[in-house]
Amino acid sequence: MKLVGVVLVSHSPKLAEGLAELVRELGGDQVPVIAAGGMDDGSLGTSYGRIERAVSEADQGAGVLLLGDLGSALLTVKTLLDEGVGQEARAVLADAPFVEGAVAAVVTASAGGDLESVRAAAEEARLFRKL
Amino acid sequence: MSEAHTGDAAGLDVGFFLDWIDRAATAVAAEKERLTSLDAAIGDGDHGTNLDRGFTAARAALEAKPPEFPGAALVQVGTTLISSVGGASGPLYGTVFRRIGKALGEAEYVGARQLADAIAAGLAGVQKLGGASVGDKTMVDVFVPALDALLAGLADGASVHGVFDAAADVAESAARSTIPLRARKGRASYLGERSEGHEDPGAASAALLWRALAETVDGRAR
Repeated sequence: MKLVGVVLVSHSPKLAEGLAELVRELGGDQVPVIAAGGMDDGSLGTSYGRIERAVSEADQGAGVLLLGDLGSALLTVKTLLDEGVGQEARAVLADAPFVEGAVAAVVTASAGGDLESVRAAAEEARLFRKL
Repeated sequence: MSEAHTGDAAGLDVGFFLDWIDRAATAVAAEKERLTSLDAAIGDGDHGTNLDRGFTAARAALEAKPPEFPGAALVQVGTTLISSVGGASGPLYGTVFRRIGKALGEAEYVGARQLADAIAAGLAGVQKLGGASVGDKTMVDVFVPALDALLAGLADGASVHGVFDAAADVAESAARSTIPLRARKGRASYLGERSEGHEDPGAASAALLWRALAETVDGRAR
Protein backbone atom coordinates (compact mmCIF):
# COMPACT_ATOMS: atom_id res chain seq x y z
CA MET A 1 0.00 0.00 0.00
CA LYS A 2 1.17 3.49 -0.79
CA LEU A 3 1.46 5.64 2.31
CA VAL A 4 1.37 9.41 2.68
CA GLY A 5 4.86 10.84 3.04
CA VAL A 6 5.91 13.35 5.68
CA VAL A 7 8.56 16.06 5.28
CA LEU A 8 9.91 17.86 8.34
CA VAL A 9 11.30 21.33 7.70
CA SER A 10 13.34 23.26 10.24
CA HIS A 11 16.02 25.93 10.41
CA SER A 12 18.05 23.35 12.28
CA PRO A 13 19.23 20.11 10.66
CA LYS A 14 19.50 18.47 14.10
CA LEU A 15 15.95 19.43 15.04
CA ALA A 16 14.51 18.00 11.83
CA GLU A 17 16.64 14.83 12.05
CA GLY A 18 15.84 14.34 15.72
CA LEU A 19 12.13 14.67 15.11
CA ALA A 20 12.34 12.29 12.14
CA GLU A 21 14.08 9.74 14.36
CA LEU A 22 11.41 10.12 17.02
CA VAL A 23 8.41 9.78 14.73
CA ARG A 24 9.90 6.83 12.83
CA GLU A 25 10.15 5.10 16.19
CA LEU A 26 6.54 5.92 17.03
CA GLY A 27 5.00 5.39 13.64
CA GLY A 28 6.85 2.43 12.30
CA ASP A 29 9.32 2.49 9.47
CA GLN A 30 6.83 2.14 6.62
CA VAL A 31 5.99 5.82 6.41
CA PRO A 32 8.52 7.82 4.36
CA VAL A 33 9.62 10.50 6.81
CA ILE A 34 12.22 12.84 5.38
CA ALA A 35 14.04 15.55 7.32
CA ALA A 36 14.78 18.76 5.44
CA GLY A 37 16.59 20.88 8.02
CA GLY A 38 19.28 23.47 7.50
CA MET A 39 21.21 24.57 4.48
CA ASP A 40 23.03 22.37 1.99
CA ASP A 41 26.32 22.86 3.87
CA GLY A 42 24.68 21.79 7.14
CA SER A 43 24.49 25.29 8.62
CA LEU A 44 21.30 26.77 10.12
CA GLY A 45 18.73 27.95 7.59
CA THR A 46 16.13 26.63 5.20
CA SER A 47 17.07 25.38 1.79
CA TYR A 48 14.60 25.49 -1.08
CA GLY A 49 16.51 22.73 -2.88
CA ARG A 50 16.61 20.45 0.15
CA ILE A 51 12.89 20.73 0.72
CA GLU A 52 12.21 20.14 -2.96
CA ARG A 53 14.30 16.97 -2.92
CA ALA A 54 12.73 15.80 0.34
CA VAL A 55 9.25 16.11 -1.17
CA SER A 56 10.11 13.89 -4.11
CA GLU A 57 11.85 11.43 -1.81
CA ALA A 58 8.81 11.22 0.46
CA ASP A 59 6.40 10.79 -2.43
CA GLN A 60 5.08 7.24 -2.84
CA GLY A 61 2.07 8.42 -4.81
CA ALA A 62 -0.31 9.01 -1.89
CA GLY A 63 0.60 12.66 -1.30
CA VAL A 64 3.08 14.42 0.96
CA LEU A 65 2.42 16.40 4.13
CA LEU A 66 4.94 19.10 5.06
CA LEU A 67 5.42 20.31 8.61
CA GLY A 68 7.54 23.31 9.51
CA ASP A 69 8.67 24.77 12.80
CA LEU A 70 9.15 28.55 12.60
CA GLY A 71 9.18 31.63 10.40
CA SER A 72 11.58 31.00 7.58
CA ALA A 73 10.86 27.27 7.38
CA LEU A 74 7.17 28.01 6.84
CA LEU A 75 7.84 30.92 4.47
CA THR A 76 10.15 28.79 2.36
CA VAL A 77 7.61 25.97 2.15
CA LYS A 78 4.81 28.39 1.27
CA THR A 79 6.94 30.00 -1.44
CA LEU A 80 7.85 26.64 -2.89
CA LEU A 81 4.22 25.47 -2.97
CA ASP A 82 3.17 28.80 -4.52
CA GLU A 83 5.69 28.18 -7.27
CA GLY A 84 4.05 24.85 -8.02
CA VAL A 85 6.84 22.68 -6.60
CA GLY A 86 5.48 19.38 -5.30
CA GLN A 87 2.30 19.65 -7.34
CA GLU A 88 2.87 16.22 -8.82
CA ALA A 89 3.47 14.78 -5.37
CA ARG A 90 0.31 16.59 -4.11
CA ALA A 91 2.35 18.25 -1.36
CA VAL A 92 0.50 20.30 1.27
CA LEU A 93 1.63 22.26 4.32
CA ALA A 94 0.01 21.49 7.68
CA ASP A 95 -0.99 24.30 10.03
CA ALA A 96 0.19 22.27 12.97
CA PRO A 97 2.65 22.19 15.88
CA PHE A 98 5.93 20.67 14.71
CA VAL A 99 6.44 17.81 17.16
CA GLU A 100 2.89 16.85 18.06
CA GLY A 101 1.73 17.38 14.49
CA ALA A 102 4.48 15.16 13.11
CA VAL A 103 3.65 12.38 15.57
CA ALA A 104 -0.07 12.52 14.74
CA ALA A 105 0.64 12.65 11.00
CA VAL A 106 3.02 9.69 10.98
CA VAL A 107 0.79 7.53 13.16
CA THR A 108 -2.19 8.28 10.89
CA ALA A 109 -0.13 7.71 7.75
CA SER A 110 1.17 4.39 9.08
CA ALA A 111 -2.44 3.24 9.50
CA GLY A 112 -3.03 3.95 5.82
CA GLY A 113 -4.80 7.28 6.24
CA ASP A 114 -5.15 9.37 3.09
CA LEU A 115 -3.58 12.81 2.69
CA GLU A 116 -6.64 14.66 4.02
CA SER A 117 -6.85 12.55 7.18
CA VAL A 118 -3.11 12.76 7.78
CA ARG A 119 -3.30 16.53 7.46
CA ALA A 120 -6.37 16.70 9.71
CA ALA A 121 -4.65 14.55 12.34
CA ALA A 122 -1.63 16.86 12.31
CA GLU A 123 -3.76 19.95 12.59
CA GLU A 124 -5.89 18.52 15.41
CA ALA A 125 -2.68 17.99 17.37
CA ARG A 126 -2.73 21.68 18.21
CA LEU A 127 -5.62 20.97 20.56
CA PHE A 128 -3.66 18.57 22.76
CA ARG A 129 -3.34 19.96 26.25
CA LYS A 130 -0.28 19.19 28.29
CA LEU A 131 -1.77 19.92 31.67
CA MET B 1 18.33 63.53 -21.50
CA SER B 2 15.61 62.31 -23.79
CA GLU B 3 14.71 59.40 -21.56
CA ALA B 4 14.92 61.42 -18.35
CA HIS B 5 11.49 62.87 -18.73
CA THR B 6 8.18 61.47 -17.70
CA GLY B 7 6.50 58.16 -17.16
CA ASP B 8 6.38 55.58 -19.87
CA ALA B 9 8.62 57.52 -22.21
CA ALA B 10 11.56 56.15 -20.24
CA GLY B 11 12.46 52.71 -21.46
CA LEU B 12 14.48 50.69 -18.97
CA ASP B 13 16.29 47.82 -20.60
CA VAL B 14 17.76 44.67 -19.10
CA GLY B 15 21.05 46.52 -18.51
CA PHE B 16 19.22 48.89 -16.17
CA PHE B 17 18.01 45.99 -14.04
CA LEU B 18 21.43 44.33 -13.96
CA ASP B 19 22.81 47.66 -12.81
CA TRP B 20 20.14 47.89 -10.09
CA ILE B 21 20.97 44.44 -8.73
CA ASP B 22 24.68 45.21 -8.90
CA ARG B 23 24.17 48.43 -6.90
CA ALA B 24 21.86 46.64 -4.47
CA ALA B 25 24.45 43.90 -3.92
CA THR B 26 27.15 46.51 -3.33
CA ALA B 27 24.93 48.41 -0.87
CA VAL B 28 23.99 45.25 1.02
CA ALA B 29 27.66 44.23 1.26
CA ALA B 30 28.61 47.72 2.50
CA GLU B 31 25.80 47.74 5.08
CA LYS B 32 26.13 44.10 6.09
CA GLU B 33 27.42 44.87 9.58
CA ARG B 34 24.71 47.44 10.26
CA LEU B 35 21.93 45.09 9.09
CA THR B 36 23.31 42.29 11.19
CA SER B 37 23.60 44.44 14.30
CA LEU B 38 20.03 45.71 13.85
CA ASP B 39 18.97 42.08 13.56
CA ALA B 40 21.04 41.08 16.59
CA ALA B 41 18.96 43.52 18.66
CA ILE B 42 15.57 42.02 17.83
CA GLY B 43 16.10 39.02 15.56
CA ASP B 44 18.61 36.24 15.17
CA GLY B 45 21.49 38.42 14.02
CA ASP B 46 21.95 37.04 10.55
CA HIS B 47 20.13 39.48 8.27
CA GLY B 48 23.22 41.21 6.88
CA THR B 49 25.14 38.00 6.36
CA ASN B 50 22.16 36.21 4.81
CA LEU B 51 21.21 39.01 2.47
CA ASP B 52 24.82 39.55 1.44
CA ARG B 53 25.10 35.86 0.59
CA GLY B 54 21.85 36.11 -1.39
CA PHE B 55 22.72 39.20 -3.43
CA THR B 56 26.26 37.98 -4.06
CA ALA B 57 24.75 34.76 -5.42
CA ALA B 58 22.18 36.73 -7.44
CA ARG B 59 24.84 38.88 -9.03
CA ALA B 60 26.91 35.80 -9.87
CA ALA B 61 23.86 34.03 -11.32
CA LEU B 62 23.13 36.99 -13.61
CA GLU B 63 26.73 37.03 -14.79
CA ALA B 64 26.79 33.28 -15.35
CA LYS B 65 23.56 33.28 -17.31
CA PRO B 66 22.79 36.74 -18.69
CA PRO B 67 19.02 37.19 -18.98
CA GLU B 68 17.39 38.49 -22.15
CA PHE B 69 14.61 40.58 -20.64
CA PRO B 70 14.18 42.73 -17.53
CA GLY B 71 11.49 40.35 -16.26
CA ALA B 72 13.74 37.32 -16.69
CA ALA B 73 16.53 39.07 -14.79
CA LEU B 74 14.34 39.76 -11.78
CA VAL B 75 12.78 36.28 -11.74
CA GLN B 76 16.30 34.88 -11.73
CA VAL B 77 17.29 37.19 -8.87
CA GLY B 78 14.23 36.11 -6.87
CA THR B 79 14.85 32.43 -7.43
CA THR B 80 18.48 32.80 -6.40
CA LEU B 81 17.53 34.70 -3.24
CA ILE B 82 15.00 32.04 -2.25
CA SER B 83 17.51 29.25 -2.63
CA SER B 84 20.59 30.94 -1.19
CA VAL B 85 19.62 33.29 1.66
CA GLY B 86 18.62 30.67 4.23
CA GLY B 87 16.59 32.95 6.50
CA ALA B 88 13.08 34.36 6.23
CA SER B 89 14.31 37.21 4.06
CA GLY B 90 15.07 34.70 1.28
CA PRO B 91 11.49 33.71 0.49
CA LEU B 92 10.28 37.25 1.27
CA TYR B 93 12.66 39.19 -0.97
CA GLY B 94 12.69 36.29 -3.42
CA THR B 95 8.94 36.60 -3.80
CA VAL B 96 9.18 40.38 -4.24
CA PHE B 97 11.67 40.04 -7.11
CA ARG B 98 9.99 37.05 -8.74
CA ARG B 99 6.62 38.81 -8.73
CA ILE B 100 8.08 42.03 -10.12
CA GLY B 101 9.80 39.98 -12.82
CA LYS B 102 6.66 38.04 -13.69
CA ALA B 103 4.64 41.26 -13.87
CA LEU B 104 7.15 42.67 -16.38
CA GLY B 105 6.71 39.60 -18.56
CA GLU B 106 8.87 39.54 -21.66
CA ALA B 107 8.91 43.29 -22.28
CA GLU B 108 12.26 44.40 -23.66
CA TYR B 109 11.82 47.96 -22.40
CA VAL B 110 10.01 48.87 -19.23
CA GLY B 111 8.42 52.23 -18.54
CA ALA B 112 8.64 53.85 -15.10
CA ARG B 113 4.91 53.44 -14.55
CA GLN B 114 5.09 49.82 -15.64
CA LEU B 115 7.90 49.25 -13.15
CA ALA B 116 5.87 50.90 -10.38
CA ASP B 117 2.92 48.62 -11.15
CA ALA B 118 5.21 45.60 -11.13
CA ILE B 119 6.62 46.65 -7.74
CA ALA B 120 3.01 46.83 -6.53
CA ALA B 121 2.58 43.21 -7.66
CA GLY B 122 5.77 42.27 -5.78
CA LEU B 123 4.48 43.98 -2.66
CA ALA B 124 1.13 42.19 -2.93
CA GLY B 125 2.96 38.87 -3.27
CA VAL B 126 5.09 39.37 -0.19
CA GLN B 127 2.12 40.58 1.85
CA LYS B 128 0.19 37.46 0.91
CA LEU B 129 3.14 35.26 1.83
CA GLY B 130 4.10 36.91 5.10
CA GLY B 131 0.74 38.34 6.08
CA ALA B 132 2.23 41.67 7.20
CA SER B 133 0.44 45.02 7.05
CA VAL B 134 1.75 48.55 7.53
CA GLY B 135 2.74 49.06 11.17
CA ASP B 136 3.88 45.47 11.81
CA LYS B 137 7.55 46.59 11.76
CA THR B 138 8.60 44.85 8.55
CA MET B 139 9.81 45.67 5.04
CA VAL B 140 6.16 46.36 4.17
CA ASP B 141 6.42 49.58 6.23
CA VAL B 142 8.98 50.78 3.68
CA PHE B 143 7.51 49.40 0.47
CA VAL B 144 4.03 50.84 0.92
CA PRO B 145 4.91 54.55 1.39
CA ALA B 146 7.81 54.43 -1.10
CA LEU B 147 5.57 52.92 -3.75
CA ASP B 148 2.84 55.46 -2.97
CA ALA B 149 5.39 58.27 -3.42
CA LEU B 150 6.57 56.77 -6.68
CA LEU B 151 3.05 56.41 -8.09
CA ALA B 152 2.04 59.89 -6.96
CA GLY B 153 5.16 61.46 -8.46
CA LEU B 154 4.70 59.68 -11.77
CA ALA B 155 1.03 60.71 -11.87
CA ASP B 156 2.12 64.32 -11.36
CA GLY B 157 4.40 64.03 -14.37
CA ALA B 158 7.55 64.89 -12.43
CA SER B 159 10.95 63.92 -13.89
CA VAL B 160 11.67 60.24 -13.53
CA HIS B 161 14.93 60.57 -11.61
CA GLY B 162 13.38 63.10 -9.23
CA VAL B 163 10.49 60.74 -8.57
CA PHE B 164 12.73 57.75 -7.78
CA ASP B 165 14.96 59.93 -5.58
CA ALA B 166 11.90 61.11 -3.67
CA ALA B 167 10.66 57.53 -3.27
CA ALA B 168 14.08 56.50 -1.88
CA ASP B 169 13.95 59.44 0.58
CA VAL B 170 10.52 58.26 1.72
CA ALA B 171 11.83 54.68 2.02
CA GLU B 172 14.72 55.78 4.25
CA SER B 173 12.55 57.84 6.54
CA ALA B 174 9.95 55.04 6.65
CA ALA B 175 12.68 52.62 7.76
CA ARG B 176 13.62 54.96 10.61
CA SER B 177 9.93 55.24 11.49
CA THR B 178 9.91 51.55 12.40
CA ILE B 179 12.09 52.33 15.46
CA PRO B 180 9.28 52.96 17.95
CA LEU B 181 7.02 50.22 16.59
CA ARG B 182 6.33 46.91 18.28
CA ALA B 183 7.03 43.95 16.00
CA ARG B 184 4.05 41.81 15.09
CA LYS B 185 5.74 39.47 12.61
CA GLY B 186 8.77 37.21 12.66
CA ARG B 187 11.09 36.39 15.51
CA ALA B 188 11.03 39.96 16.84
CA SER B 189 7.31 39.58 17.59
CA TYR B 190 8.18 37.23 20.48
CA LEU B 191 9.92 40.15 22.14
CA GLY B 192 6.71 42.18 22.48
CA GLU B 193 7.46 45.62 23.86
CA ARG B 194 11.19 44.85 23.95
CA SER B 195 11.15 45.08 20.15
CA GLU B 196 10.37 48.79 20.49
CA GLY B 197 13.24 51.25 20.11
CA HIS B 198 15.06 49.35 17.35
CA GLU B 199 14.94 49.87 13.61
CA ASP B 200 13.58 46.84 11.80
CA PRO B 201 16.38 45.17 9.80
CA GLY B 202 14.02 44.17 6.97
CA ALA B 203 12.82 47.76 6.69
CA ALA B 204 16.45 48.93 6.64
CA SER B 205 17.40 46.54 3.85
CA ALA B 206 14.27 47.47 1.88
CA ALA B 207 15.37 51.13 2.02
CA LEU B 208 18.76 50.09 0.59
CA LEU B 209 17.02 48.53 -2.41
CA TRP B 210 14.97 51.69 -3.01
CA ARG B 211 18.09 53.87 -2.80
CA ALA B 212 19.94 51.54 -5.19
CA LEU B 213 17.00 51.81 -7.60
CA ALA B 214 17.03 55.62 -7.44
CA GLU B 215 20.80 55.67 -8.03
CA THR B 216 20.37 53.39 -11.02
CA VAL B 217 17.75 55.76 -12.47
CA ASP B 218 20.07 58.71 -11.79
CA GLY B 219 22.93 56.90 -13.48
CA ARG B 220 20.79 56.47 -16.58
CA ALA B 221 19.08 59.81 -16.63
CA ARG B 222 22.15 62.00 -16.46
